[in-house]
Amino acid sequence: MAEPLLDIRGLKTWFKTEDGMVRAVDGVDLHIDSGETLGVVGESGCGKTVTARSVLKLIDMPPGRFEAGQILWKGRDLIPLEASEMNSIRAKEIAIIFQEPMTSLNPVYTVGDQIAEVIELHQKLSRKQALVAAAEMLRLVNIPNPQRRVHDYPHQFSGGMRQRVMIAMALSCQPKLLIADEPTTALDVTIQAQILELMQEMKDRFGMAIMLITHAMGVVAETCQRVTVMYAGLVVEEAPVEALFGNPRHPYTQGLIRSIPRVDRSAAKKQRLEAIAGTVPNMLEPPPGCRFAARCKFAMDICNQGIPPLKEVGTGHFVRCVL
Amino acid sequence: MAGSTPASLTAEAPATAGTAPAAKRQNFSPWQEAWRRFRRHKMALFSAIALAVILFAVLFGPFIWRVPINEIDFAAKLQGPSWSHPLGTDDLGQDLLARLIYGGRISIAVGVAAMVVAIFFGLLVGSVAGMASGRVDAALMWVTDLFLSLPQLPLLLLVIYLFREPVKGVLGVEGGAFVLIVAVIGGTRWMSAARLVRAQFLSLREKEFVEAARALGASRLRQVTQHILPNALGPVIVVATIDIAAAIIAESTLSFLGLGFPSDVPTWGSVLRDAKDYLDIAPHWALFPGSLIFITVLAINFIGDGLRDALDPRRVL
Repeated sequence: MAEPLLDIRGLKTWFKTEDGMVRAVDGVDLHIDSGETLGVVGESGCGKTVTARSVLKLIDMPPGRFEAGQILWKGRDLIPLEASEMNSIRAKEIAIIFQEPMTSLNPVYTVGDQIAEVIELHQKLSRKQALVAAAEMLRLVNIPNPQRRVHDYPHQFSGGMRQRVMIAMALSCQPKLLIADEPTTALDVTIQAQILELMQEMKDRFGMAIMLITHAMGVVAETCQRVTVMYAGLVVEEAPVEALFGNPRHPYTQGLIRSIPRVDRSAAKKQRLEAIAGTVPNMLEPPPGCRFAARCKFAMDICNQGIPPLKEVGTGHFVRCVL
Repeated sequence: MAGSTPASLTAEAPATAGTAPAAKRQNFSPWQEAWRRFRRHKMALFSAIALAVILFAVLFGPFIWRVPINEIDFAAKLQGPSWSHPLGTDDLGQDLLARLIYGGRISIAVGVAAMVVAIFFGLLVGSVAGMASGRVDAALMWVTDLFLSLPQLPLLLLVIYLFREPVKGVLGVEGGAFVLIVAVIGGTRWMSAARLVRAQFLSLREKEFVEAARALGASRLRQVTQHILPNALGPVIVVATIDIAAAIIAESTLSFLGLGFPSDVPTWGSVLRDAKDYLDIAPHWALFPGSLIFITVLAINFIGDGLRDALDPRRVL
């Protein structure tokens, strides 16, 4: 198999707090091949965002700290890199877009200036050329009237439009990987679909890979080739998207899939939406065994005796469960 | 405060709608937007005009009113306003209008220069403290608090007493006094700006757009200069404006106490000091410099007030 684009091995990102070490990411393994879309799902606080930010080293240190593991980008470990070396990878190789498009743009500059800034940082272009390139990026993300809109300020754009601008900014240097950290959570449903479609289109055009972080299983089903399910700082299941939805093996994944609202079923049978009982474990002192054991209806004695290893149950289908 | 309530919103709304036809879209930069808001603050606008007149007078006045500032004429001493001396004369028969125009240059120059010094150090200390956090932040804020707790006037007097002669030796009488006064006023007024800038930095550096800039490869220096600083500037401009007014007062105080400029160099403060012994027989002599200080400082404070309204993005106007 060819070398993956991004290969995270045993990553542990911990945070020092007054109460002790919070093990936000506690041994995550995942990889992304070039050109694929990987979905990373899990509930709030499971370590999705910290994993994503760790890749770009956007974690504030202190309080954050890489306790162990490697982040291999094209075979090269990013963790020991200096800030200036990281800056040449950001946007040019790996770009990220955030959840909150309303506040992710600087209010004092025009959007064109902000896109041009990114272009100038990474490519040898004059301001004028960079602005032309910025307008071209706006056109690519389907913003009408790009030549004129390039001179507009962020407050003149709606939330969906701003997320388009953020995508234009992130893609302005043609990165090989786009990390999208819940890019549609703050947007309404129709705009969500448009943004996801746009990301798909950009992926095909630039041949990049996408790491899509979300907690919406529906979004995953539509856009991803492979899915990684995270729970309490660990990967609990990893599978191609069909295998995951068709044959979920981890009780947590099964719970997640059952909790997707289905208009057709619930309306007909007046069913209550199923939820997973209980809450995520305290990451200050995670339980010694399987971290889902306390909420799992299949839990056995063995579940509390050490974290089960990831085992392969099908082609590219791994699960961290004794079942 | 009349200008701070958004009561005019309903009254102005139809007017704005009328001036912006649907076909032509208005594109406001943040500065144009601020100017639009500033104009609504009537006192600030009026003050800006008054200050502009004073500035014009002190800058170009000497080219129009060509009476020398130090022409002694004992025959015309302590005269009230007349056609030959519109603001009267002092005890040496020197023309007050000419002296006040010249003095205004020095007073305003001191105010602006001291503000620049104060804001420069305030920005420096505040931004370093705000970005560094931890021990550096604690140490810088400790120094700031230390300076804040020093009594300003005795310190000014002591510093000037100690350093007036050495500085005079290096830079000459007038230049030495100017540099010393600016340094002393600026050096004792940077703390409020430093605290303000630090607070701004602490909140702005956590903003998503700064993180986005960081994620897209902007260096730390770039994040500060391009993304944090421009957003922190609004309140700093307001403080800077009010600092000018405070520095003019401080200079006048020093001159009044005889520790500012020597009395052959007229400033508004030193003219006032010379006038104080003749209040009963020549009140005009004290009235004019006093009024000029009063009007200038008041105008600057109103402008600061207007700028605060104009640059505060949360305020709906």
